[in-house]
Amino acid sequence: MTEQIAPAPPGTRASLPRRESRARRVGRAATPLLWIGPAIALIGVVVLWPVVVMFRTSFQHISPDGFVLGSAGGKNYADLFHEPDLKGVLTRTVVWVVAVVAVTMLISLGLAQLFNERFPGRRVARWALIAPWAASVMMTSLVFRWALDANNGVINVFLHDVGLLKSFNSNQADWLGRPWSAFVWMMVVAVFVSLPFSTYALLAGLQTIPGELYEAARVDGASRWRIYRSITLPLLRPALLVSALINVINVFNSFPIIWEMTRGGPGFQTSTTTTFMFLLKQSYIGESAAMSVLNFGLVIVIVLVFLRATRWKQQVT
Amino acid sequence: MATVVTDAPPASHRRGATARARSGRRLTPRKVVLALAAYAIAMIFVLPYAEMIIAALRPPRELLDRGYLPKHVDWSNFTSIWKTGFKDNLGASLKVAGGGTLLVLLVAMPAAYYTARRRFRGRAAFLLLVLATQMFQPAAMLVGIQREFISFNLPSPLLSLILVNAGFNLAFAVWILNAYFSSIPAELEEAAMVDGTSRLGALGRITLPLALPGIVTALIFTFIGAWNELLVALTLTLGAPDRQRPLTVGINNYIGQYSIDWGHLFAGSVIATLPVIALFALIEGKVVGGLTAGSIK
Repeated sequence: MTEQIAPAPPGTRASLPRRESRARRVGRAATPLLWIGPAIALIGVVVLWPVVVMFRTSFQHISPDGFVLGSAGGKNYADLFHEPDLKGVLTRTVVWVVAVVAVTMLISLGLAQLFNERFPGRRVARWALIAPWAASVMMTSLVFRWALDANNGVINVFLHDVGLLKSFNSNQADWLGRPWSAFVWMMVVAVFVSLPFSTYALLAGLQTIPGELYEAARVDGASRWRIYRSITLPLLRPALLVSALINVINVFNSFPIIWEMTRGGPGFQTSTTTTFMFLLKQSYIGESAAMSVLNFGLVIVIVLVFLRATRWKQQVT
Repeated sequence: MATVVTDAPPASHRRGATARARSGRRLTPRKVVLALAAYAIAMIFVLPYAEMIIAALRPPRELLDRGYLPKHVDWSNFTSIWKTGFKDNLGASLKVAGGGTLLVLLVAMPAAYYTARRRFRGRAAFLLLVLATQMFQPAAMLVGIQREFISFNLPSPLLSLILVNAGFNLAFAVWILNAYFSSIPAELEEAAMVDGTSRLGALGRITLPLALPGIVTALIFTFIGAWNELLVALTLTLGAPDRQRPLTVGINNYIGQYSIDWGHLFAGSVIATLPVIALFALIEGKVVGGLTAGSIK
């Protein structure tokens, strides 16, 4: 590192024999590797190599206890596409991602606006907001599962108190027992745990909008809604885009909510592709790898679309 | 970059901000309504965790009661849980989260420092690689991770979990540290070196202390991420003994085939969750900058 940063102390470098200069040039080119090499190695082993293994596995014939029995050709993919539940799983995944992210972003826009206002106790109120972000999603989901208990879950107790629930232990009270109501409640939990990050990202975006713009608009007599539409929303675009993308990735890959609340069942009726992949993995490893490859491809498509929309190069350089 | 903005708003904002702050002192009716709405929303956000505590404190006899609060408070779940293997799970989680965090810092700090200070061939490619890893989560390649680590055959699944958690949290740490190192002028280090300090001395005495908020943020965020991780832990610790199973897996074991030990499940969740929420509150304002990788400017 010294070659690049500090000027060589007199008498050391200059007196080295000439023929070493080539070795030194090689050394100089390798210097960055000393600093970023460990990071590349870690990414390579943990993030990149599993992708290769996953592709390879998707073409292997593997016994449920993990032994490779030979090549499977495209059979894993054929099996996957003939899976009667796949269509439902894919449809649910799209509903899950689109609905959760759209609702999250809409509510976050409101929350960010609210928590950007000055009022006494704002700091404490913001701390409360982070709880679902810091807590493990698994434990939050378990609380909701408990609160939705058909016999005495607090949500049911509350719905009973306000007259929306007629009787406990009824079909209506068993929210997680019916696929669609279970799925809707799980989307509620997914929105709940996604709100803190989105709100904070939009808050950070709001804080970068210069106050002068608002003052100028007010001087010009613009209405509150007009100011929001013509100044806030357009300037919030980058924050909106990036938090929407991060939410799409998180929600798409989300496992704990569905796993803890319904285990993806009954059958696969509340599964998305992520939980479907996990359930397949327990007995059909090759087919599960094929599902993983499909998931991975979907993530790549989403990311590429986003990179195009935001031009990552501007951030990196 | 958003971090820097949140910490110290540029001078151009300040006049507007103080003007707004002055008008903010007055409690207009609108402000009162907004504040009440915000408090109500804040309440909703902590309610599930309040319910977690309430459920953990319910005596077993009142577990099926339909009241919002139990009639008696019973701490026995918090004492008897230590006989259920929970202590081993806690130890395993501390090892995974602690080891993962240490590894992330050791790997991310040099990379972030070098990319902040130097322009070299491959720098953009490296940063793109880091950015790309942030877009991927273990769930998208779980089968690959499982098969790879089976073939590695490491002595303990905790080692595998340390590696996986470090790998997937690296991007956040690199980005946030890069932003901090970039915001510290290189002239400060050079000035110290002119005064006779070595390069490492300048790093240790000038740069690292100035970047400390970023380092602490990376540290806490990585720790919490590894602490809360479920999917990979569930996959890589199949059939492992309690002392090799982190909390998330251990707490799942209170869910039996036919009945759920809710008392211990929530007592364990409270112990695992409350410290983490408190830690997160420390870095609350700085996390977004690392996650959005400087695209909110």
